Amino acid sequence: MDRVATRDAYGEALVELGEKYSNIVVLDADLSGSTRTSKFARKFPERFFNMGVAEQNMMVTAAGFALAGFIPYVSTFAIFATGRAWEPIRQSIAYSNINVKIVASHAGITVGEDGGSHQSIEDIALMRVIPNMYVFVPADAVETKKIIKKIMEIDGPCYVRTGRSKVPVIFDNSYEFTPGKGKIVREGKDVAIIATGIEVYESLKAAEILEKKGISALVVNMSSIKPIDRELIEEVAERTGKIVTVEEHSIYGGLGSAVSEVIGETKPVPVKIIGIRDRFGISGKAEELVRYFKLDTESIAREVESFLSRIND
Amino acid sequence: MEIENPLPVDISRQELINLKQKAITIRKKIVKMLYLAGSGHTGGSLSIVEILVSLYFKVMKYDPRNPQWEERDRLILSKGHAAPALYAVLSEAGFFSEEDLWTLRKLGSHLQGHPDSKATPGVEISTGSLGQGLGIANGLALGLKLKKSSSRVYVILGDGEMQEGMVWEAAMASGHYRLDNLCAILDNNNLQIDGKVSDIMSIYPIEDKLRAFGWNVLTIDGHDFESILSALKIAEKTKGKPTFIVAKTVKGKGVSIFENKVKYHGVAPNEEEYRIAMEELKQQEEELRKYG
Repeated sequence: MDRVATRDAYGEALVELGEKYSNIVVLDADLSGSTRTSKFARKFPERFFNMGVAEQNMMVTAAGFALAGFIPYVSTFAIFATGRAWEPIRQSIAYSNINVKIVASHAGITVGEDGGSHQSIEDIALMRVIPNMYVFVPADAVETKKIIKKIMEIDGPCYVRTGRSKVPVIFDNSYEFTPGKGKIVREGKDVAIIATGIEVYESLKAAEILEKKGISALVVNMSSIKPIDRELIEEVAERTGKIVTVEEHSIYGGLGSAVSEVIGETKPVPVKIIGIRDRFGISGKAEELVRYFKLDTESIAREVESFLSRIND
Repeated sequence: MEIENPLPVDISRQELINLKQKAITIRKKIVKMLYLAGSGHTGGSLSIVEILVSLYFKVMKYDPRNPQWEERDRLILSKGHAAPALYAVLSEAGFFSEEDLWTLRKLGSHLQGHPDSKATPGVEISTGSLGQGLGIANGLALGLKLKKSSSRVYVILGDGEMQEGMVWEAAMASGHYRLDNLCAILDNNNLQIDGKVSDIMSIYPIEDKLRAFGWNVLTIDGHDFESILSALKIAEKTKGKPTFIVAKTVKGKGVSIFENKVKYHGVAPNEEEYRIAMEELKQQEEELRKYG
């Protein structure tokens, strides 16, 4: 299985978009090598703007570009994009419903060695709470490209979360992304695992382990966090009666919260939220950290198993 | 406060009187709007009247019947709390009816407490949270240059607002990208909510700071039409760098009881104050008619 970082897919998609559309501009805050916007910068230097280490100003500058009729793609690390620049995004982008595409890299703990200061585990929550904002989390390189191109068609602010580390490519090119839609990527009947981002792959592998233990797990790729696919969540809640959510993000405010908000209103079933449990990240290799924070295949399988046995007691 | 090398402004005596009359009309509308709303920012709305009147009735290109006209010049009111002044001018310019002004801040009004571009024709982008307008103006100016448009971008900042870090991130970028299609105007009335700008957190010397950031800087009397128009003309002719106009103004200008009073930063006139203010503005009108 190929392994490609979603940030690399973003860099390639930007160049493809740049070739096709002359109204795309790209802004970065001194991290273009890391976010991979440097590929666009080399190809279209006149449409690339380095704003220096000044993320707040980068966001409002992007709003200005949008007012002039351009579609700005804005990139930096997820924590700086959504944390440092949160209020400028709220005021100058979302409040006026300005057409700015924020594509952040280095989300989650798989940033690795840089440690907790750079590992954003809050960004989904921070962006999801802002009215008018769309929030998308691609599961692999293929979906990243599809999302990056799809958001061109949305007239409004979007946040896309990408990662630093190489992750397995799980979809082929026929995969279609639709805003507001999740996708069942594995059928099952005992429990529904709803995952997002790199945890979709881990959840698919966890479902294989569970199958050997006689547990049939359905797996959903919920890449569209906002708008979220209410229908699909209700459907899998009805079919399985138990939901586990998995995300490389805080258990507060992210996918788990979004899913709970839906089923709490309409189809109350037990929900287990797997994510970072109210703490900051630490330094280490990405794959070590995935295990340390129990977001790996084996840990997910164990958690699902114990969740089911608790409910069935 | 005199510009070192002023550019002569081509304006007749009658035209000047008309602008002065416009300023009084706008002030009356601002005071009435705020009185009817029962809340809002009196001082900082009154201090930018001559600046806005110069821009909207002498300098800027726009079409009130087509607010999104591609070739228009753009104004960003970074100090969004001066919304009443902007609304009064936009209404006077024909973007919406005068009647709308009296709905300011009320439930269902398209005139929100701070500028909301989704609600009000002629407002380019929502502002209100300070420090963000200059960066927005930079993006607009960069985008217009990229499109080879001849439109110009104006942004009005407050002096308390200059304490926001984002303003300096933006000021650095305007200089770096040599945005000569951009002109920033500082409403330098030296008062902010808690007191004098120089006491709360001094921004001075403001001119030296901005020159060091790559700006062409001019200091003027922000209530004198000829100075304002001359400075705006210099800004238009200056190539290779953005122009920053430090407009020395008086908070609450035009109504003695509000002038230089910190209290009226965020307080609207009560009935008595409204009556006194309208009387004074009426007198100014009569004097203008008599003596020009």
